[in-house]
Amino acid sequence: MPARAPGEYPPPVHVTRLALTDFRSYASAELALEDGVSTLLGANGQGKTNLVEAVGYLATLGSHRVASDAPLVRYGAQCAIVRAQIAAPGRAALLELEINPGRPNRVQLNHSPVPRPREVLGVLRTVLFAPEDLALVKGEPDQRRRFLDDLLVATAPRYAGVRADYERVLRQRTALLKSLRGHPPARALARAGGRRADGRPDGAPAGGAADGAAADDPPASGAARTLEVWDEHLVRTGVELVAARLKLTAALRPLVGRCYAAVAGAESTITVGYRQSAGRAGSVAGAGPVPGQVPGEPAPDPAGLADGMREALARSRAEELDRGVCLVGPHRDDVDLRIGELPARGYASHGESWSMALALRLASYELLRSLGGDPVLLLDDVFAELDTGRRERLASLVAGAEQVLVTAAVSADVPPELDGARFEVAGGTVTRAG
Amino acid sequence: MYEGVVQSLIDELGRLPGIGPKGAQRIAFHLIAADPADVRRLAATLVEMTQRVRFCSTCGNVAQEDECQICRDQRRDLSVICVVEEPKDVAAIEKIREFRGRYHVLGGVISPIDGIGPDDLRIRELMARLADGEVTEVILATDPNLEGEATATYLARMLKPLGLRVTRPASGLPVGGDLEYADEVTLGRAFEGRRLLDV
Ligand SMILES: Nc1ncnc2c1ncn2[C@@H]1O[C@H](COP(=O)(O)OP(=O)(O)OP(=O)(O)O)[C@@H](O)[C@H]1O
Ligand SMILES: [Mg+2]
Ligand SMILES: [Zn+2]
Repeated sequence: MPARAPGEYPPPVHVTRLALTDFRSYASAELALEDGVSTLLGANGQGKTNLVEAVGYLATLGSHRVASDAPLVRYGAQCAIVRAQIAAPGRAALLELEINPGRPNRVQLNHSPVPRPREVLGVLRTVLFAPEDLALVKGEPDQRRRFLDDLLVATAPRYAGVRADYERVLRQRTALLKSLRGHPPARALARAGGRRADGRPDGAPAGGAADGAAADDPPASGAARTLEVWDEHLVRTGVELVAARLKLTAALRPLVGRCYAAVAGAESTITVGYRQSAGRAGSVAGAGPVPGQVPGEPAPDPAGLADGMREALARSRAEELDRGVCLVGPHRDDVDLRIGELPARGYASHGESWSMALALRLASYELLRSLGGDPVLLLDDVFAELDTGRRERLASLVAGAEQVLVTAAVSADVPPELDGARFEVAGGTVTRAG
Repeated sequence: MYEGVVQSLIDELGRLPGIGPKGAQRIAFHLIAADPADVRRLAATLVEMTQRVRFCSTCGNVAQEDECQICRDQRRDLSVICVVEEPKDVAAIEKIREFRGRYHVLGGVISPIDGIGPDDLRIRELMARLADGEVTEVILATDPNLEGEATATYLARMLKPLGLRVTRPASGLPVGGDLEYADEVTLGRAFEGRRLLDV
């Protein structure tokens, strides 16, 4: 995990007041919260998830349910506002977010505008458990990549920048590949790809560069010659992201195993491995794994990762140009989850998949705790999905957290260990009920 | 919606960069209330601009003649060229009064998303200016963001075989930022501490 200086650890925080304006179904709502457990009860469609979604948005600047911000703004309204008073030992912060779909959000911390929204990441940290989590186990690799990257940002907010940089490079490189697709000069470039080890752009002859500038085709147009520049940027930002994800995976590995046993109530061998789609020659079998490292997983060493990525780029050059897509990089990687010998995805039972999903979230919670104060736990409708045994075990694992917000349609679903404040949510209003 | 010409004015102003619908309305009503002579002077300036502004045939900066004032100035150091994205970057660097060489305006940056490749920039013209060997240093002062970095890397690789000193203003400029928004002290320091680019 990224090292932090002592004293730099975020303290435990909790939300003391949440106020919404034109967020989802709420024209306006306000609730006072305390530390410990609060339960939000109400029938389906009354706005329970909307509340925890708002809290999650304050922490991550994104929704766990939708990729774009438009559905977060109350139908017919221009923008949504989410405000929260956040208490930490000895200090308080007021965080205000104005969500403007299609435009940058406006963010204020203690009434002062923050130039870049990203800068408030870390003020509030949350771990959200939701019915959608089943997709962490059963879904496509993008779900698991997002899980890792979100957690990475929660552990160290600077990774929001790394992630954004990588996405930008990827978009640029993909646009270039698409534009080069099928052009004859691109084929020449494909043949040249990987051969040039000196990093010189193809088409720039060693002598007089003035010739290099003149349209000196073949082999390649100016646009094609820029490919190597984007390759380098892809490698630079990609390696930073992969190295961080590898370290994170290694830190999660023992925690996920422990949490799985705790929540499933049974011992199983859990494997959490990082799988690079490309970037390594050869396959899983090969050199013996480093202890604790999953076979096939590369070491988080930047120089080695960069070499691997460059080799993969050279190998994939022809296919990338042919298909016009970026085939190399962390946007193609996956997390390999196994229960016993078998991959969780495609093999695990429904109940096992749920236990795995809960174990991933619980491990995130444990990890964030070990790096500082408790994150706020948001448990959206998870108990209804679980049998009594796992319900009780999950409840006892989270009951001691600094702050837990639980939603449920019926109070009977909430285990008695999670006793605390109660709110009733009905038709867009929230009232304290005990 | 306003009637006829008022709405047309608001629409035209709203198409300018950095002006939203509210701003366009505010400017429109400011102009409506202003002295007609002032407004006519503004209109005449706009028309004159379309007729007289050209781009310097040497560096690509905005100019009134075939060459811009900087390129015509005999006191400028002919051995250094500073490569920038836009004419507004020339103005930003001139303000710090640190740099005495000449400029080369690319007219943008490499950005495949926007369909802009090196052939769309004034790179060929730059290579031509370097051909006679008088220039010994090229400063690549594109913006310190991804596209600016990529363009600088591309140019550095093109220039490498020429054996010139190829430099880039020191970091310290706000990353992800825009050259023109850097304050003068920061920009001055970045120029002083420029580093050799190794590609
Ligand atoms: N942008 C929006 N504008 C107006 N209403 C919205 C918007 N987005 C969602 N809603 C409404 O909010 C309501 C409540 O959603 P929410 O997901 O919070 O329900 P819930 O209480 O969690 O229900 P369940 O128990 O079924 O999970 C839905 O009926 C939905 O139609
Ligand atoms: Mg719900
Ligand atoms: Zn000029």
